[in-house]
Amino acid sequence: MEDATTTVDAKGQTCPMPVLMTAKAAKELQPGETMLIEATDNGARSDIPAWVDQTGNELVESSEDGEVLRFLVRKK
Amino acid sequence: MTNTPMNTEPESMTIIAFSGDLDKLWPTMILSSTAAANGMDVTVFYTFWGLFPLVKDDVRITGYDAMTKMLAGMNAPGMKKAKLSKLNMGGMGSWMMRKVAKKNNLMPPEDLFAIAKDMGVNMWPCQMTMDLLGIEGDQMVDGLGDPVGAATALKKMSNSNISLFI
Repeated sequence: MEDATTTVDAKGQTCPMPVLMTAKAAKELQPGETMLIEATDNGARSDIPAWVDQTGNELVESSEDGEVLRFLVRKK
Repeated sequence: MTNTPMNTEPESMTIIAFSGDLDKLWPTMILSSTAAANGMDVTVFYTFWGLFPLVKDDVRITGYDAMTKMLAGMNAPGMKKAKLSKLNMGGMGSWMMRKVAKKNNLMPPEDLFAIAKDMGVNMWPCQMTMDLLGIEGDQMVDGLGDPVGAATALKKMSNSNISLFI
């Protein structure tokens, strides 16, 4: 995964926190900048892509490393 | 940013928070904060039993006469005192539910409420319920919108993509 502008550590957090933390971090980003979201909540598997769709941002990449779900999102 | 054209309004959601039960407050707070995170314009209209959770936790009783005070006594004002709708068992049920939530890192409804408010969710108390139950504006938590009535809530609902009654 490419280096992200910022990282959102939502590990150990449960719904709705990973999305709320992602939305908060997105506010600080300039268009074109990226954020890496790390979560362990299984709901985030679909919730982060749903948030990306709903807000018109871009899911660059997602991966799984054991329990940790990673999403690289670019702000549009 | 949204994927809708620039000249249209953001999507909107209105929740009618009718219940003051702990188990109903959770979905209200989770959905309203998440909708705000999605960039939606979100309003929660608190009416009837839904109004008691907006009372400050340190206000022990509300009401203007014996009966409204008794109703407040049975519906403990304040979000931290909210009860489960089923099998509350004198507080044991809600205590256990809060324990389980904490163990699983689910935030309590009062914390999610604060986040939702910070994210710009409109929190509208029902004027009629305030008058009916004798709940004064200064007995309620800060950061609420002006009290409104059914017509205002309906107008907002008619302009919302999503309207929920919880």
